[in-house]
Amino acid sequence: MYAFDYRRPSTLNEADLALKAMPGAKLLAGGQTLIPTLKQRLNRLPGLIDLGAITGLDGISRKDGTLVVGAMATHYAVANSAEVKTAIPQLANLAENIGDPQVRNRGTIGGSLANNDPAADYPAAALALGASFKTNKRSLTAEQFFKGLFETALEENEILTEIHFPVAKRFGYAKFANPASRYALVGVAVAETAGGVRVTVTGAGADGVFRVPAMESALAKSFAANSVSGIAVDTKMLGSDMHAAADYRAHLIGVLAARAVTLAG
Amino acid sequence: MTNPSGIGQSVRRREDFRFITGNGQYTDDINRSGQTYAVFVRSPHAHATIKSLDIADARKAPGVRAVLTGKDLAADKIGGLICGWMIHSKDGSPMKAGGHPALAVDKVRYVGDHVAVVIADTLNQAKDAAELVNVDYDALKATVDVASTQKPGQPQIHPEAPNNTVYQWHLGDKAATDAAFAKAAHVTKIELVNNRLIPNAMEPRAAIGEYDRGSGSYTTHTTSQNPHVARLVMSAFIGIAPENKLRVIAPDVGGGFGSKIFIYAEEVVCTWAAKKVGRPVKWTADRTEAFLSDAHGRDHITTAEAAIDATGKVQAIRVKTIANLGAYLSTFSSSVPTYLYAPLLSGQYDIPAIYCEVDGVYTNTAPVDAYRGAGRPEATFVVERLMEVSARQLKKDPAEFRMHNFIKTFPHQTPVIMAYDIGDYPASMKKALEMADYANFSKRRDASAKQGKLRGIGFSAYIEACGIAPSKAVGSLGAGVGLWESAEVRVNPVGTVEVLTGSHSHGQGHETTFAQLVSHKLGIPIEQVSIVHGDTDKVQMGMGTYGSRSGAVGMSAIFVALDKVIKKATTVAAACMEVPVDQVDFEDGSFSARGTNKKMAFGEVALQAYVAHKFDSSVIEPGLKEGAFYDPKNFTFPSGVHIAEVEIEPDTGLTKVVRWTAVDDFGTLMNPMIVEGQVHGGIAQGIGQAMLEGAVYNDAGQLVTASFMDYCMPRADDLPSFDVGMTTTVCPSNPLGIKGCGEAGAIAAPPALINAITDALGHENIAMPATPQAVWRAAQAMPRKQAAE
Ligand SMILES: Cc1cc2nc3c(=O)[nH]c(=O)nc-3n(C[C@H](O)[C@H](O)[C@H](O)COP(=O)(O)OP(=O)(O)OC[C@H]3O[C@@H](n4cnc5c(N)ncnc54)[C@H](O)[C@@H]3O)c2cc1C
Repeated sequence: MYAFDYRRPSTLNEADLALKAMPGAKLLAGGQTLIPTLKQRLNRLPGLIDLGAITGLDGISRKDGTLVVGAMATHYAVANSAEVKTAIPQLANLAENIGDPQVRNRGTIGGSLANNDPAADYPAAALALGASFKTNKRSLTAEQFFKGLFETALEENEILTEIHFPVAKRFGYAKFANPASRYALVGVAVAETAGGVRVTVTGAGADGVFRVPAMESALAKSFAANSVSGIAVDTKMLGSDMHAAADYRAHLIGVLAARAVTLAG
Repeated sequence: MTNPSGIGQSVRRREDFRFITGNGQYTDDINRSGQTYAVFVRSPHAHATIKSLDIADARKAPGVRAVLTGKDLAADKIGGLICGWMIHSKDGSPMKAGGHPALAVDKVRYVGDHVAVVIADTLNQAKDAAELVNVDYDALKATVDVASTQKPGQPQIHPEAPNNTVYQWHLGDKAATDAAFAKAAHVTKIELVNNRLIPNAMEPRAAIGEYDRGSGSYTTHTTSQNPHVARLVMSAFIGIAPENKLRVIAPDVGGGFGSKIFIYAEEVVCTWAAKKVGRPVKWTADRTEAFLSDAHGRDHITTAEAAIDATGKVQAIRVKTIANLGAYLSTFSSSVPTYLYAPLLSGQYDIPAIYCEVDGVYTNTAPVDAYRGAGRPEATFVVERLMEVSARQLKKDPAEFRMHNFIKTFPHQTPVIMAYDIGDYPASMKKALEMADYANFSKRRDASAKQGKLRGIGFSAYIEACGIAPSKAVGSLGAGVGLWESAEVRVNPVGTVEVLTGSHSHGQGHETTFAQLVSHKLGIPIEQVSIVHGDTDKVQMGMGTYGSRSGAVGMSAIFVALDKVIKKATTVAAACMEVPVDQVDFEDGSFSARGTNKKMAFGEVALQAYVAHKFDSSVIEPGLKEGAFYDPKNFTFPSGVHIAEVEIEPDTGLTKVVRWTAVDDFGTLMNPMIVEGQVHGGIAQGIGQAMLEGAVYNDAGQLVTASFMDYCMPRADDLPSFDVGMTTTVCPSNPLGIKGCGEAGAIAAPPALINAITDALGHENIAMPATPQAVWRAAQAMPRKQAAE
């Protein structure tokens, strides 16, 4: 690690001021992604602003048709929340399958979404459900929020505070884990909300999480596993690495989409 | 009276309390006063010349004590690292080994190669300064691929080794083998890759060097499986200090799997540098360094053929292997693909002729050396894949085909050096077939098929050779050391016992099993026994732990020393009881004079030996302490049959190991629970090799799998619950009848699993690791349909 300054503000306002006072500083949530990069000296930061002492950032509640999850809610909290389990059960299940117990007890939904790792699980759910992203400055739709590999619409000094998930009519998420990292080699989320049916894919996209319109319209016609079979995703938009070539990923998208539909019920 | 801690009892591991409660003392837990920290500047290139090396800025950085390079080593006449086994090529010429400096001079040869060391007061200061070392490299083309590194036009890694070829070795009778092939009714031919593995011991390597100005002596704490050999090499070959001025301590060591046998640059440099900076120098590898610079394992490509007669008997095997040795020859690397490999090619089978050729080659990759099994997994993979594929081609049941070819009488001389002393191969096969419920496999296959899954079964009837010996024989094969073991049994005046052993425990449980032997032989409670190992100042010269030798060789040495103790104690007891020596019996921890009611407990005799009041000390020497150097008569030959059963989801390639049967013959079992644990661990590593693990270098020589994000280690949920059974033939080659169990699982498992996966898929071969993607591809192109239709 390189030396850095550390701040632990107790309000969002203080955090905002601290960010402004320390250009280039980063927010620290669960540290599961950020701290390893610091330890390996892959990242050199003037400072860290720890969100851990700000009260009210980790709540989980349901307001009418919306499940509101605070950015600092850990994966463990989401996995075990009665609200989540009744509102969107498969979202709890998604959280339960992130990493290992240590990661789930430290890592946060806000950290995961702000990081937008192309193999992370939450982005698929957020995009499929049409979540909205509340920050200390504004509100963003999922389409606006995700901007490609490890990129989001969050500005330098912007703090993600809440994620609002519309309570879906049905939602399913199927993941095929990378054998080594256990991140998603391919993960497919399927949701039916007031806004219609969405099918989203994580782990596979050359440019991060994406939607599969052909599957969405097929499911809109008939919400059944066999509706998505045979719908191919263009391998040109998929990533290829030593764990999975694009054609394998394309195939898995079909298999997992069908499973996600079944899970969505 | 059965001794609850005697031979054959599953005594709980005495060391585990310390480990589980965080009270172990690993090298990194040790801190010496005034300690400084070393950080190695490593090559980012696979192959490059060093145009210039500028240390001026680093030297001036805060807290820096020294920045040292290969030139400093040379100026102090510190020699390079060595390879301790001389291999001669077919043409009689000695192997062509390039130099192996501890810090590079002029050239770097793999990513992670050591260029300089920065020593500073804190680790962070050392890291900061290491970034200021300015190395101007002239990058060269790298040669990474084992199959092509010998071809003309490839970059040359060492001038001493033209075409990157270290040796072209062979073993066996070529003429007899070729003749058998000429008249074979059937020839099976397969091409195999034995994938490269990265050991990944839980504890990364570490070292602390110290120099004491008063005595002019050095102390090195290091993560070693064989501290005495480390001392020998560092003094006699590298020239840091004479042996009596160098103490090597290997404290608790968190796993080795072979990778901590070798003498590495880091411990050499830390020890040497301690004198230069006048402070202890500590280095602990981070995980990335472990990936890049621990010696890797396996990495062979092989063509193998079997000549089979009309009755289904294998008459000959012919093998050609190219073995990747990496960029430098590590300590024992030359022996692994030669004498630890080809002599095992007879497997459990009566094969009249075998011929094996092995080319050892350099590539711009990390050095490759012994890794759990060392040569024997590679040999077993060849033999057991050949047997399986042959059975399938001949449409014979794979179990029956193996039984038909088993060696059935002992001793048995193979055509490749080994003289098997004992075994009962049909017994382990029969037991394994029962335990695996082989008879009902087709029902299980049908049940899987109904769920759209492919089920397969695979066999591995392995043999291995442990306790490599005797010293004279291994010397004649080129070994630079003897392979005996030492023991010293010190009985204290009140009858407690310290055993000083040349073996080293780094997870095996010697503090339990060795103490069981003492408890058994002396009839004293195990609590009264301590096992001391891992310190060259305490323990006389010893050879360390690898090759499953600690039971067969290390414990045999203790056995012999204990016999001497009993003999001596008997003379003391006889004198004390005033009866002739031949009238004294020793049983259950007490000496009794036959035909009388005179009796002395072991502790009483010990006390008498030390007070020396009751015997004539001109006839009987006071004290009770004996030692032994035990050199075995032969290798030991553990064997067994493993049966793997897999279920494959053809749509994703996801493969689950659903059943695993292991029936092993390890001879006498000192502690069945510990033996079973060794089997479990070995199988886990074997499953890792077959399905999960594989080191990948890209064409530029960058290690692509340099973290656990990309290098897949087995996890508990990758593994089934193992069904472990035993058959026993007592080993005649050592006094305890022990064969060794540490590597068996890792040797047996890969072919069992690949045989099961290929059985499910109907393919002849699938490359390791059989990842989901690879299995899915194979399932897409299944030659015969086995899924439910
Ligand atoms: C071993 C391991 C396995 C894992 N497996 C999985 C897996 O299977 N699936 C998966 O999806 N993920 C996995 N992860 C990642 C894990 O989910 C992390 O928790 C997540 O990526 C980051 O969350 P964090 O709270 O730790 O964020 P941090 O590491 O603290 O921060 C990550 C980034 O987000 C920024 N950030 C954090 N919070 C905010 C905020 N409120 N507003 C704005 N920016 C913010 C930080 O500045 C930083 O740039 C794994 C991680 C590890 C270490």
